[in-house]
Amino acid sequence: MNDKPEKFIDNNGLRLDGRKADQIRDIKIEVGVLSRADGSCYLEMGNNKVIAAVYGPREVHPRHQQKSTKAIVRYKYNMASFSVEDRKRPGPDRRSIEVSKVSREALEDMIFTEYFPKSAIDIFVEILQADAGTRTAALNAASVALADAGIPMRGLVSACAVGKVDETLVVDLNKDEDNYGQADMPIAMTPDGKITLLQMDGNFTLEQFKQGLEMAQEGCRQVYEFQRKALLDYYAKKEETEEVAVIEEVLQEEAPEEVVEESIAEEMEEIEEDEAEEVKAAEAESDQEIEEDSSETYETSDTVEEEATETEEPEDEDEEKEEDESTIDESDDEREVSQ
Amino acid sequence: MNQEIVSIIQKDYLYNLMLKGERLDGRGFEETREIKIETGVIDKAEGSARVELGDTKIIAGVKIQPGTPFPDSPDKGVIITSLELIPLASPEFESGPPRENAVELARVVDRGVRESGAIDLSKLCIREGEKVWMVFIDVHVLDAGGNIMDAAALGAIAALLTAKIPGARYGEGEDIPLPIRDIPISVTAVDIAGGIVFDPSLEEERAANCKLTVITNQESAISGMQKSGNGSLTTDQINHIVEVAAKKAQEIREKFLEI
Repeated sequence: MNDKPEKFIDNNGLRLDGRKADQIRDIKIEVGVLSRADGSCYLEMGNNKVIAAVYGPREVHPRHQQKSTKAIVRYKYNMASFSVEDRKRPGPDRRSIEVSKVSREALEDMIFTEYFPKSAIDIFVEILQADAGTRTAALNAASVALADAGIPMRGLVSACAVGKVDETLVVDLNKDEDNYGQADMPIAMTPDGKITLLQMDGNFTLEQFKQGLEMAQEGCRQVYEFQRKALLDYYAKKEETEEVAVIEEVLQEEAPEEVVEESIAEEMEEIEEDEAEEVKAAEAESDQEIEEDSSETYETSDTVEEEATETEEPEDEDEEKEEDESTIDESDDEREVSQ
Repeated sequence: MNQEIVSIIQKDYLYNLMLKGERLDGRGFEETREIKIETGVIDKAEGSARVELGDTKIIAGVKIQPGTPFPDSPDKGVIITSLELIPLASPEFESGPPRENAVELARVVDRGVRESGAIDLSKLCIREGEKVWMVFIDVHVLDAGGNIMDAAALGAIAALLTAKIPGARYGEGEDIPLPIRDIPISVTAVDIAGGIVFDPSLEEERAANCKLTVITNQESAISGMQKSGNGSLTTDQINHIVEVAAKKAQEIREKFLEI
């Protein structure tokens, strides 16, 4: 471990690693790096190296955790034992439990969990190399992996820290600034500027805090551009190479769809026939009733209409169900393509 | 499941109350509940305090023992904070090792004590690199009536203020009071459908989207912060909470010094 540097900011106002106070570290993002995960991302932020995977929406195990109205989101932040100078004891410790909790809470509201009741969206982030700001790097990677998994979101979450060294505010702290600095405040932000993660330790005056928050938000905006670009580039490239495959896939898909439509049409006809028969039968009944008692005629014809509408309803439902199923099939196929 | 349904109805109710500028228990938005602090409640502990914050009751105990320092700070004492949500405090708590909520609370209490520099750790060194005093802060929640965070932080610092280093018992000199330099105060606010209320009751906590805890030291500088729960806050909301929290903390600290 390095000793405490004498000065964090040189005479030119530059930091030890040559950055300006409001400059974030270089970010490198690779999308879709894992073959088995539904979405994945490898991210480097300075010397941090993290990898994130997203599985789901999938069945919830253990089952009692499932929610009937929405998907549950689980986030696991894990540090590799070799990621830090002194070997870290493997497994969750109190720090990683807390980081996992706040990170999950930073993402959960951005996911349309209500689209996937009774299912789970699992996010796993592995810290391969730690160099200050791992929770922000992990969140940035997780956010991209969620997008890669095709999970509908309200927006990408971007995270960045701000801190204080020698009474100067600096964004995206490096290791020395983190170890010997006076404050550290990681935040996560949505594209529209709302804060979804905010932690802080150290010492900030109210003024420093306000200024720091703005700086961190600006940092998040820079991170967001990297995330967006990485996703756009990845999918643009993918589109080029897989265009042919996708067209074939579409052609294959069209055929079964026609069959489905036909079967719906057949069913509709059948149901219409059934209805007609029923109506006839009912009419016959009412005719009989007319003979018996003419005053009841209106009531019986009313009930016939009701019956007719009732038989229509299940037909609609069937149609919807089949449409649902066909869309699910399509999305499954797409997922296979993306793998 | 039932809890969720109730909380949606309750959220609606609380929100409608808030539009009228009211809270369920008649408090103002920035008004905290009554605080009662009793210290020295456990003779066996080196320091202890029982704190009531409205319905919420917690007990904090401090044990101090000699131990080996961490290699990266051989001349400094050690603080270890834990918090237990024991099952007698709420039907929702279960026994067993601390879960994420308890871990988070403990770590935020710890952050407040550590980052404000409340304990002068350099005075806890017995022999450099060999032996230092280890300060264990343990908070037990007895009645979970909302805003455990602030109650726990109050309990921790109250217990520390009355704690004595048991030098005589371990043959390391006389018993001396634990050197305390600062009084960090935690103030928590929740966002209920866009409105901010401070020191949330249990009902308000349940209806809230998320909460923000701000811990300030006696210079009104911020020592620690934690956003907890799903949901997001706008910059304006955060700045509002921080400003009010700093003001509130001063009021609470004054009360604190009287005791």
